Amino acid sequence: MKTLICIVCPRGCHLNVDEENDYKVTGHHCEKGEIYGRNELLHPVRVVTSTVKVKSNIHPRCPVKTDQSIPKENIFPAMRLLDSVLLTPPIKRGDVVVDDVAGSGACFVVTRDLDT
Amino acid sequence: MTRQDYELIVIGAGPAGLAAALSAKQHGLSRILVIERDKELGGILNQCIHNGFGLHYFGEELTGPEYAGRFIDQLEGSGIEIVCDTMVIHLENGDDWRIVHAMSTENGYQCLKCRAVILAMGCRERTRFAIQIPGSRPAGIFNAGTAQRYVNIEGKMIGRRVIILGSGDIGLIMARRMTLEGAKVLACVELLPYSGGLNRNIVQCLHDYDIPLYLSHTITNIEGRNRVQRVTVQQVDENRRPIPGTETYYDVDTVLLSVGLIPENELSREAGVKIDRRTSGPFVYENLETSEKGIFACGNVLHVHDLVDYVTEESQAAGKAAAAFVLDGALTDIGHVIEIKTEPTVSYTVPQAVRVNEVAKSLRIFLRVNKIWEETSHIVFRDGDNVIARFKRDYMAPGEMENVNVPRVLLDRVKGDMLYVSIEEAQR
Repeated sequence: MKTLICIVCPRGCHLNVDEENDYKVTGHHCEKGEIYGRNELLHPVRVVTSTVKVKSNIHPRCPVKTDQSIPKENIFPAMRLLDSVLLTPPIKRGDVVVDDVAGSGACFVVTRDLDT
Repeated sequence: MTRQDYELIVIGAGPAGLAAALSAKQHGLSRILVIERDKELGGILNQCIHNGFGLHYFGEELTGPEYAGRFIDQLEGSGIEIVCDTMVIHLENGDDWRIVHAMSTENGYQCLKCRAVILAMGCRERTRFAIQIPGSRPAGIFNAGTAQRYVNIEGKMIGRRVIILGSGDIGLIMARRMTLEGAKVLACVELLPYSGGLNRNIVQCLHDYDIPLYLSHTITNIEGRNRVQRVTVQQVDENRRPIPGTETYYDVDTVLLSVGLIPENELSREAGVKIDRRTSGPFVYENLETSEKGIFACGNVLHVHDLVDYVTEESQAAGKAAAAFVLDGALTDIGHVIEIKTEPTVSYTVPQAVRVNEVAKSLRIFLRVNKIWEETSHIVFRDGDNVIARFKRDYMAPGEMENVNVPRVLLDRVKGDMLYVSIEEAQR
């Protein structure tokens, strides 16, 4: 039995996951928590957020995120992919910056609009 | 700024100000001005590039800039006037009008008249000097939120070997952020026996990157000539005094402080608004009106929130109330007023008082407990000896704000003008 704190929402439920009983989750208060508890032991994933360079005098950086969770072990390789990115405004929320991040199928997308 | 007499002026265009202005517009006001001191809208959300915002309000997980963006989009074309790069320097309260003194490069010094004001100035960080850490004063000591701005907005790397004092959410978030950018975060040190941040942030910001969290520890010395070179960490006893002999030394070049936030109420005080010492924010009634007629408050200037979703809801309520004040006039018959008093188990409540007649179906009360309650407990409201309402909770912590809805019918039962709130362990 493994005890986890759920990170799906700020409620932070205390989960118990039973590895010997097909990863049965208890202590969750929603369906997402049940999925999280199971995944966290089998193949943990995270959304990665960071920034990339922008050609702009006003906004030197633009925030980005992976549009879906990626495997935890891919976080640092994913971060390195952003080092060579340089965006030119105008930029729109949702613009794709990096495709298929570290083979995960997720994309890095822009999270704010920048006109200048 | 074209008009000189507004129905409503909102001070601050962070999450609170944006939601309040939009709500006031939806509730019938047309002449609204939002004043922001930064060069752009969105406030602190612009630098909170991590995700986790909006789960309650939008039902999906957004980053800070995305959350702000949704409100900024709505503002465009709404007819709400906005001025950025403008600092409000004084606020005056009169009988019919409130006067906002503002200063900007573009417009100079202006006195703007309005019927109602919404205070949405947010909060600022406690500094090293507020907590009096001994030692020298080299470069490399930052407030966590300031560091967040340098890294996320300006794109500057601020250090390589980092220690974090305080386990508030911003400190935890910055521990992860600095790690992702290639720094080594050696530890997060917390004076109290529990963390001030959300559990989920301890997991995904510290545990994920094997950053140790030392509870009941603090920094007792900072050394360094030009740049931070070494800090001393010591364990503290139950009275928060450092225990001799527990010194450990960390070779770091950077210290981040995440030691609390203070609502920015200088303007509020100048206008005569009564401040609650427990929240450091205005004392408010059920509709978020302060002690001063026509001045409302919402967001982190009122009390420091842990979730922006609640800021949005609170600010919408303030916008609605300000609209009602402008359109229907001030309350003439105040009726039964109940003050909500906190017992020692509760740090504060918002609102602090309720005019029962003004409550439609129920009153939402936000509160914080001052220790961790791991056993099932109750939030109990009493008027003297009678229990008015009781709410069960499985787990409560100071870092996680609680809220309850007290139905109007129960408020009607309150005898006298005091309602006491406390936490009690459930009977087994």
